[in-house]
Amino acid sequence: MNKRHGATRMSNAIALRQTARPSDKRLHPWSVRIMHWINAVAMLVMITSGWGIYNDDVIIRGLLFSKSLRLGDWAAWSLNWHFAGMWLLASNGLCYLVYGVAKGRFRERLLPIRLRDVIRTVDDTLHFKIDHSDLTTYNAVQKILYIIVILAGIAQVVTGLAIWKPIQFSGLTSLLGGFQSARIIHFAGMAVIVGFLLVHVILALLVPQTLRAMLTGGPRLIPPGQRAQEPLP
Amino acid sequence: MSFRPVKRPNSAILDGHRPLLQSLERRGLIRGGLSLGALSLLTGCDMTRPQSVEEALLAISRMNDSVQAWLFDPNKLAPTYPASMVLNPPKFNAYYDVMDVKSVDGSNWRLELAGLIAEKRPWTLPQINALPQQSEIIKHICVEGWDYIGQWSGVLLRTFLERVGADLNAKYVVFKTADDYPSSIDMATALHPQTLLATQYANATLADPFGYPLRLRMSTKLGYKNPKWITAIEVTNTYQDGYWEKLGFPWFAGL
Repeated sequence: MNKRHGATRMSNAIALRQTARPSDKRLHPWSVRIMHWINAVAMLVMITSGWGIYNDDVIIRGLLFSKSLRLGDWAAWSLNWHFAGMWLLASNGLCYLVYGVAKGRFRERLLPIRLRDVIRTVDDTLHFKIDHSDLTTYNAVQKILYIIVILAGIAQVVTGLAIWKPIQFSGLTSLLGGFQSARIIHFAGMAVIVGFLLVHVILALLVPQTLRAMLTGGPRLIPPGQRAQEPLP
Repeated sequence: MSFRPVKRPNSAILDGHRPLLQSLERRGLIRGGLSLGALSLLTGCDMTRPQSVEEALLAISRMNDSVQAWLFDPNKLAPTYPASMVLNPPKFNAYYDVMDVKSVDGSNWRLELAGLIAEKRPWTLPQINALPQQSEIIKHICVEGWDYIGQWSGVLLRTFLERVGADLNAKYVVFKTADDYPSSIDMATALHPQTLLATQYANATLADPFGYPLRLRMSTKLGYKNPKWITAIEVTNTYQDGYWEKLGFPWFAGL
């Protein structure tokens, strides 16, 4: 099912690159891989330390995060982890956004999203017909999920700033509906990212070649004619 | 929740690739196990909280203090609210229970002064009440996440520091309290137009649990930076940890 769209998407991508040596280009260049794993560490630090901070004044009654899931043995150290991790998350995230826009990676991998592709992907998924032989093209649902998690990451930095500095950035905080509202959005953003993370990690373990690709770079991006029958690695 | 496909996949496809799939799954499991192990190591840090980790976090926290001082706009006012939104009585919070509050006798109470201050004679409560008064309805935000709106009245810390001839170029203003809750703040925040030495809440004399006779109220810092039952003020260039800072909390704690 991916063949047709994969081919058109790829030809766009390849057309840009044919002047360069196409066989050198991997699915995940080293810079993307480094940013991915820095982000993985930063996100885990922010999520688990955030849970430690959350526990002192819960948003959902009865929802507490157990000690084994929290970073920092009590609030003081969860806060210190959070306020240290934020620099790593924000600076790495900013690099990733600049890279994604400047190098055209977002446009290339995440766009366009067509409604009929979404419907087809959902239908295929429900029929267990997901094709993983081609890692170089994301299906419509993958694209949507990646866009959601990127936006959620941005939202966490913005709402985080509003909570951290509600007076110095009072305009931002009131735009978000006030301090408590910004806190709740920050919490919801975490929930979205954790939800994504569960699906993302489970799928990466079920289709390990995607995990390997994020470690070693994955398949080389070569013209469609040559890549017709690439066996599973 | 169970979920079954309407049309089952052709099992012949699976049979054909079974050895390959099995080897992939095995490797995936091993790798997954490794990364889970790495994860547990990460959270394992806090079990013991090694000194090196603690020192690194505190170094970053001090760097964050400078970033916050740099972000602090001495002229930026916190939002104020209508009197109808004031919570009365305010929320009590301390490192001990409200039942353990030891009241301070206002008639014997004196405010001692120390450090880079020209006029170090102690102040009585009537003398402080005779200074120009200001009232403000501001939000109190706790580091834990809760907040409430309160109305505080008293003398501006800036007015007081000017009156006693404090060195306004010094770095810190340090507070000692009757409940053994030392605290220190930066001079820029001390001089902020909403930083009060408060003697009243909601137009009435402060009640015992909220710091009678004198407490600090800043619109631009987290709740724990506002000492109650103040007994002494020192102006200094020497940094001093507060109660929560000694336990690891950030010092600047600006909003």
